[in-house]
Amino acid sequence: MANTPVLDVKQLKTSFLADGGEIPAVDDVSFSVNKGEILGIVGESGCGKSVTSLSIMKLIPQPPGKIVGGEILLNGENLVTAAEKRMRKIRGNDIAMIFQEPMTSLNPLFTIGDQLVEALLIHKKLDKRSARQQAAEMLKLVGLPRVEKIMKEYPHQLSGGMRQRVMIAMALSCHPKVLIADEPTTALDVTIQAQILSLMKDLNEKLDTAIIMITHDLGVVAEVCQRVIVMYAGKVVEEGTVEDIFNNPGHPYTIGLLKSLPDIRGKKGRLYSIPGNVPRPGTITVGCRFAARCERAVEKCLTDNPELYRKGENHHVRCFLHEPGGMSHE
Amino acid sequence: MLAYSVRRIFSLVPVLLGLSLVVFFMIRAIPGDPAQVILGQLATKDAVAELSKSLGLDQPWYVQYFQYLGGLLSGDLGESLRTKSAISEEIWPYLAATMELSFFAMMIAIVVGVNAGIISAWFQNSWFDYTAMILALVGVSVPIFWLGLMEQWVFSYNLEWLPTSGREEVRNPVNAITHLYVIDTLIQGRTDQLVVVLKHLVLPAVALSTIPMAIIARITRSTILEVMRSDFIRTARAKGMSMFWVVYKHSLKNAVIPVLTVIGLQTGLLLGGAILTETIFSWPGIGRYIYEAIGYRDYPVIQSGILVIALIFVMINLIVDLLYAAIDPRIKYR
Repeated sequence: MANTPVLDVKQLKTSFLADGGEIPAVDDVSFSVNKGEILGIVGESGCGKSVTSLSIMKLIPQPPGKIVGGEILLNGENLVTAAEKRMRKIRGNDIAMIFQEPMTSLNPLFTIGDQLVEALLIHKKLDKRSARQQAAEMLKLVGLPRVEKIMKEYPHQLSGGMRQRVMIAMALSCHPKVLIADEPTTALDVTIQAQILSLMKDLNEKLDTAIIMITHDLGVVAEVCQRVIVMYAGKVVEEGTVEDIFNNPGHPYTIGLLKSLPDIRGKKGRLYSIPGNVPRPGTITVGCRFAARCERAVEKCLTDNPELYRKGENHHVRCFLHEPGGMSHE
Repeated sequence: MLAYSVRRIFSLVPVLLGLSLVVFFMIRAIPGDPAQVILGQLATKDAVAELSKSLGLDQPWYVQYFQYLGGLLSGDLGESLRTKSAISEEIWPYLAATMELSFFAMMIAIVVGVNAGIISAWFQNSWFDYTAMILALVGVSVPIFWLGLMEQWVFSYNLEWLPTSGREEVRNPVNAITHLYVIDTLIQGRTDQLVVVLKHLVLPAVALSTIPMAIIARITRSTILEVMRSDFIRTARAKGMSMFWVVYKHSLKNAVIPVLTVIGLQTGLLLGGAILTETIFSWPGIGRYIYEAIGYRDYPVIQSGILVIALIFVMINLIVDLLYAAIDPRIKYR
């Protein structure tokens, strides 16, 4: 049971039209999420994490964005070809999403209660009273006190952490199969971050909702995820279990990310950082996209496109270092 | 909120005081003597002087001004030099006519303008968007007198659908109670007259609505476009809400405040600035009342008329400010 994928993304390609050309922001990305699993998607800003998640919801602003290829299978149903009307039934009901900015993700002019019941009214066809009851239950579930009062309050009367709890309650109110959390803790204080993460983990177990945790923070990944995919410049560069990624990283980019984590044991000196920036989508067309920033890049990296090579069971790396019969570890 | 309103109303006192002073001098700067105008070109100097004296116009300006001010403080708007009747009684039918016209013009402007703005924003860069925005540009640029004349030519003269001018049929006058004819005919159950009154309203109201409509459409469009980029719009869509509800519930309420500001200012302008429309359509409104008073150099009518319009203008904007707090829970007046 644990290994049935609820969401299966296959060779997803999302492009943006700009300057007369098509710029791929997500390029040939494949992954699957199993029932009740927490999958992390990690990468720097601009690597295509958010575009991937918005593609799954089919909420890419169109134009200029467009899903140009691949499949997104939700329990076998392809969402890429699904009509907008069908997508409306899926959004909030089967796949829900929470966002980075709890400050701005709630409408400032409507009460919390108003916004909470919306999804229930749309999908569950409840009457207003039972919708409010159920919404109040959800607020209790996410650990908010004085639920009745909060229902009548406006977003600006709540703190950031409370708002994110409200967002989570809202997203989970229809018991979706998949929850996409796009940097859910980035805008919060560290102590609140930990609370929100443990809440999400808790709810994942209680409600058996699969979670796609999109983050740039490897700490978050270590805390809650079971499997991880690392994205770079629109491509998956490494995938594996949390143990694979942390104990035995394969891609120089992943290694760089891990090295740039501060160490609590207090090593002195400057914190490591990967030189350079994520290239703008569409600027690198041949070779490994990370080659320009890679310490171990060789000639081949600039001319040939690496594939995802198997490094272990369920552990794959897009780097010639792991090409069978190719360059090996020294 | 009550304290705030009271404070706002008190803050009007210096504004109105300053205004009364400016108007008082400005109209006296217009060449022409009221007594001369009233008596005509052929009147003798003595007769003019005598009338001036009896009207109190021979007094020094400060005496005249403070007499006028004293009257205002006791709620007396003065007396018309021409008709000799109290302005506070005389002015209401004109004001009512203008209010009725402005109300309908604003209704048309808001309903059409807001929806055109919303649809333009929703289908940004579509043919509808382009057409609506070009029309809006035309709407603010077209001279009202020309538009009014064209309306009369097409709908009254050629098609004979609607009357050219006035508020009512001369042979079938409305029995005025409130002087708001739509309400008068309604409370008297005269639906036949109501239809007549509404028919008279259409052309001037449409002519008057064009400028506010165009401004409202443009403001609505740009505000909705901005709001639609907000995170909470994405949240609403992620819930599975349809675009219609996202636009009309979540984004419209957020776009209301700038639109409301424009509506308030435009309503104020309509109440005072409908002179052109009122002249073309022979609408017996406050604009024409003051316009005619200028012709007769009827100083008290001009002074008080402008003061009343100014008072209404600031009151409308006070109401708009109070409405902000009703719409946006983050706005609190103390």
